Amino acid sequence: MAEPFLSIQHVRKSFGATTVVEDFNLDVAPGEFVSFLGPSGCGKTTVLRMVAGFEEPSAGKIVVGGKDITRLKPNQRNVGMVFQAYALFPNLTVAQNIAFGLKVGGMPKPDADRRVAEMLDMIKLPQMADRYPYQLSGGQQQRIALARAIAPKPKLLLLDEPLSALDAKVRISLREEIRSIQKKLGITTIFVTHDQEEALSISDRIAVMYGGRAEQVGTPFEIYNRPATKFVANFVGTLNVLEGKVTDAASGKVQVNSQEVSLKGKLNGSKSGDTLSLALRPEAISLGRQPGHDASLSGEIAEVHFLGSVIRVRVGIGGNTVSLDTFNNSTTPPPVVGDKADISFSSGDMLVLH
Amino acid sequence: MKSGRFWAWFVFLMGAAYFFIPLIATIEFSLRMRRGVYSFDAYKVVLGDSQFQATFMFSVIVAVFTILLGVLIVVPTAYWIRLRLPQLRPIVEFITLLPLVIPAIVIVFGYIRMYGSNSPLPFLGSNLGANALLVIGYAALALPYMYRAVDTGLRTIDVRTLTEAAQILGAGWGTIIARVILPNVLIAVLSGAFLTFAIVIGEFTMASLLNRPAFGPYLQNLVANRAYEPAALSIIAFVITWGCMSLIQILSRFAPKSANRPN
Ligand SMILES: Nc1ncnc2c1ncn2[C@@H]1O[C@H](COP(=O)(O)OP(=O)(O)OP(=O)(O)O)[C@@H](O)[C@H]1O
Ligand SMILES: [Mg+2]
Repeated sequence: MAEPFLSIQHVRKSFGATTVVEDFNLDVAPGEFVSFLGPSGCGKTTVLRMVAGFEEPSAGKIVVGGKDITRLKPNQRNVGMVFQAYALFPNLTVAQNIAFGLKVGGMPKPDADRRVAEMLDMIKLPQMADRYPYQLSGGQQQRIALARAIAPKPKLLLLDEPLSALDAKVRISLREEIRSIQKKLGITTIFVTHDQEEALSISDRIAVMYGGRAEQVGTPFEIYNRPATKFVANFVGTLNVLEGKVTDAASGKVQVNSQEVSLKGKLNGSKSGDTLSLALRPEAISLGRQPGHDASLSGEIAEVHFLGSVIRVRVGIGGNTVSLDTFNNSTTPPPVVGDKADISFSSGDMLVLH
Repeated sequence: MKSGRFWAWFVFLMGAAYFFIPLIATIEFSLRMRRGVYSFDAYKVVLGDSQFQATFMFSVIVAVFTILLGVLIVVPTAYWIRLRLPQLRPIVEFITLLPLVIPAIVIVFGYIRMYGSNSPLPFLGSNLGANALLVIGYAALALPYMYRAVDTGLRTIDVRTLTEAAQILGAGWGTIIARVILPNVLIAVLSGAFLTFAIVIGEFTMASLLNRPAFGPYLQNLVANRAYEPAALSIIAFVITWGCMSLIQILSRFAPKSANRPN
């Protein structure tokens, strides 16, 4: 990466005796959109609040635009923030809410008015200027909150689960809108979510967090296809985990339920006789032997769920169960529970979880 | 069912009688200054008395300063307790209740001893100093009402998130309190203010012992020496108090609804 715009370096945060963020490192390029993804309580909000200045790191430092801001007060950071609960000022109209940061910053009224109008156009709510927050829907309130955060032209935009209070449809349209506005303005953004689909669909990169650490930082493609840890593999997407036993570490031979699979070059560090967790995404597996798939396993159909356009099939292989989806095809009958079946996949798609 | 209804009405009527009979009797009595006919003579005498005007004005001004002082002390305190020191809330609540338990006379004697004209801080040596002490004492007396009102108002908004939203937009503490917190608890502050007003207007002990020309001592003096005028004065005071109460109601209707609706 070129010079990062935001750099979080070895940051730790403890509340009393409990450490909730541990050695957190992240560099964010200018204009980049990075999501923090992780389960509840993993420290996403805490890291974001340290970047905003609401919490002071117990150790480490935070650099923005080459300047150490670790000890700067929130109102001196020129950062925009959008909260889960909207947090619009209930006593102010929409226009006054958006103008708040401009007024505090001493912008002359005509300029501020112009900027407010510009912001209202941007979020496509120009007719709402004189309404009060309680007269707006949740989605509208959150768009106003976004406009309010962006109006003073912050260098950094922080969003803490901005969509989780909204219903599914609004959530999807608003996330697209947030992303397109962010791209247009080129504003460096951190977006906190525990919804993996949300993170995968709009981020340049994702930091998957667990237990106060960044488990993996990478593009959605990398996170999904090459998860670095067991946690990431399990947390992002659906995953079939199989127990394997290394039979020949040198040539990459592994046994699953006494059936051999060859995983060349993936067993770095494992010795013959080790037990491994192997993982496969459902979409990497086909029912039956398929051309192009260099590995296969035999088992028995355990469950069949008809879901409309797809049929979800679970295949038992010894003590392991593997889920896979096949397309519903009106000319071929669905698999039958109890039948013998082979599954095949490309050995390159098999993940070895450490 | 039927008898339940009867008892409900019975209790209601008893309550109403308890409240209205003395009121009606006082009104009736206040109108009888002129022999044989009803007249507003007592009211004319009271309202025309320059002493009445002077003491009443004095008390109104003291009340206004008391309210200002109370708001300046209570709003930031209650806000800070909610925001940063919630564990101190029971203690602060207890302290604000003390004026209800400690008689005003104790406070005044404390003042007289501490600030007498030959003490190191001779507040009582000058009129201005004594007036200031009176305001401070009244602010203490009004504390239980003011604090409770403001604290209840703060409960209706998300103090922490709103504070952070304002902070990240660049606002300092002064701006946050003046533009975000105060407007959202304005109705609560106003009801606290009117209660303070009602207390200050009728207060006797402090004003009398600090020898201030306030309305309370004037009222007391009148009661001791006249017959009809005190009744008229009571009715006037009653109207003022109820005027304050209705004003709270009206204001809370006119205020933006948003002020009482957190997200
Ligand atoms: N002020 C605090 N005092 C003590 N512990 C805290 C404080 N703030 C957060 N924590 C703890 O730190 C941990 C991480 O909290 P954080 O809010 O960062 O999680 P999160 O990843 O944002 O979770 P969620 O998805 O539920 O919002 C939690 O276990 C929480 O209890
Ligand atoms: Mg959170």
